[in-house]
Amino acid sequence: MPLLDVRNLCVDFRTANGLFRAVDGVDVQVNVGDVLAIVGESGSGKSVSMLALMGLLPWTATINADLLHFDGVDLASANTQQRRSIIGKDVAMIFQEPMSSLNPCFTIGFQLRETMKAHLPLSRRERQSRAIQLLEQVGLPEPERRLKAFPHQLSGGMCQRVMIAMAIACKPKLLIADEPTPALDVTIQAQILELLLDLQKDTGMALVLITHDMGVVAETAQRVSVQYAGQKVEEQGVRDLFANPHHPYTHALLAALPERATSRQLPSIPGVVPGQFDRPKGCLFSPRCTYAKDRCFQEVPVAAPPALGLARCHYPLVDGIAQREVS
Amino acid sequence: MLNNNTLIEATDLSRHYEVSNGLFGGKSTVKALSSASFHLQAGSTLAVVGESGCGKSTLARVVTMIEPPTAGQLILDGHRISGDISLTDEQRAELRASVQIVFQDPFGSLNPRQSIGRILEEPVLINRPSVSPTQREQQAREMLAMVGLRPEHYDRYPHMFSGGQRQRIAVARALMLEPRILVLDEPVSALDLSIQSQILNLLVELQERLNLAYLFISHDLSVVRHMADEVMVMYLGRVVESGSAAAVFDSPKHPYTQALLSATPVADPTREQTRIRLQGELPSPLNPPAGCAFNPRCWRAQDRCRVTAPELSDEGTHIVACYFPLHD
Repeated sequence: MPLLDVRNLCVDFRTANGLFRAVDGVDVQVNVGDVLAIVGESGSGKSVSMLALMGLLPWTATINADLLHFDGVDLASANTQQRRSIIGKDVAMIFQEPMSSLNPCFTIGFQLRETMKAHLPLSRRERQSRAIQLLEQVGLPEPERRLKAFPHQLSGGMCQRVMIAMAIACKPKLLIADEPTPALDVTIQAQILELLLDLQKDTGMALVLITHDMGVVAETAQRVSVQYAGQKVEEQGVRDLFANPHHPYTHALLAALPERATSRQLPSIPGVVPGQFDRPKGCLFSPRCTYAKDRCFQEVPVAAPPALGLARCHYPLVDGIAQREVS
Repeated sequence: MLNNNTLIEATDLSRHYEVSNGLFGGKSTVKALSSASFHLQAGSTLAVVGESGCGKSTLARVVTMIEPPTAGQLILDGHRISGDISLTDEQRAELRASVQIVFQDPFGSLNPRQSIGRILEEPVLINRPSVSPTQREQQAREMLAMVGLRPEHYDRYPHMFSGGQRQRIAVARALMLEPRILVLDEPVSALDLSIQSQILNLLVELQERLNLAYLFISHDLSVVRHMADEVMVMYLGRVVESGSAAAVFDSPKHPYTQALLSATPVADPTREQTRIRLQGELPSPLNPPAGCAFNPRCWRAQDRCRVTAPELSDEGTHIVACYFPLHD
């Protein structure tokens, strides 16, 4: 049984102009020890689906799912108390901006110990020694002195290490990292990613990495799920995805990478991601797709078989060539 | 003798800042940029790469004349600018028109209370008061078409545009005064991948059409590799390696350049990972280490590196500031 099993997750936001569907029928399965990357552009719903799982969305959001199971517990029907005993302990999350995710009014040590106080039956002294041990584990020099520091006294890379230390304080079974590196420099980014992978290997926890950087995906993930405008459009193993993308969107996204360019002009995807008011009738990607046919503008496609990467497309690509029919 | 096509000629350009250390601490100097020398030809792209705090944005500010250099000489389009000689305001304004800048964040660099037409016309209004309003409007509309926006966008406001479109507007605004040099400060790092390629294509196209010189500042090495003719790698205010893009990327000589290249994630899962692990973080520019600034993180550092800083020297294909450069 998968550690995390989410089926047909939908998240709607109540806005001044009516309902806006940010996540539309997304399935996520994560097994113990998995490294899953969720990629997509801004507005593709990749962060929102994970925030929904954590219960961190504002009251304007309505969450619906056929299944929302974590480690055998149904999160959808769990009461607040049950939820709180899981979230932050067994499921932990690292947020985008390390500098603004830490509370500037409290020391690093206080914030680290606070998590343990809520979830672990440790004494004050044990918490302190565990905090030092955690900072050592994430590679922060002089941990005892750092515990007394405030967030503004640390650099971005150090803050991100503190965030990771906080997330792994209760030995989570699942760690969700939401764009953990874009605010950091490349050499620091490499250190942080390596740290996350080392932790994942040592503790056997599952890791979900939300990112838009294809380079990061290629170097860290085992499985990749591609999201577009709130829908999952493709899911494959990382090597297969880069070698043989089945959905035209993935194909176009990979072709737009500057390092794959063969000429000065890059192949680009025309247009922009559809918003609340210009959602197309058929396939959501159809207005920007080079392979789109009449049917794509009329009918909503369903996911193709796993052999075709679950591509949500009427005519999935095989080796860059559109196939006739699948469904 | 300067070649007619050379638009920027910088020699030992430096920018130091005085910072106070509190009431009794006295003053200390931050060497944000020390003795950078480079030149830039019309129609070519010079990329400046490095991590935060390496002085690349300071360089952009000096080149665009937002700040004067504290030492060294900068020749822009044939005019000398340096700390000691002051230009008249008129000369300065004229020179400023020939160097324009596009900023990183398209959400913060456009005034939300101005329409696109007004944003585009403002530089003309200020710098060329003799141009008539109808002519200005016509210029702005032509510019909209040039950067791939539609004429009806003229009356709209910035919040109605996506990030990619805003960056097009920022490029259009920078081009309104017909500059010869465009400083691009991380022009695509705030954009999504599919939009990024559209903007890069636009920049390539404009460069070919208008014979612009680009000073391209970026930390994304895959973008730099695609765009640049020449590359300059900086670390803590100093140029550590400089040369043609092919030479720097294919045979990096400075350990820092090599570490930077190996740390950049490559979108190819089948590639063997040979990553150089850099320990530690960038030292504070207020208190740089003695000798070579990179020595505390360098795995090849020896006693000599901790005493004196190496000067840039010719290493065959390009120039490097290292006592023990790497060879293939």
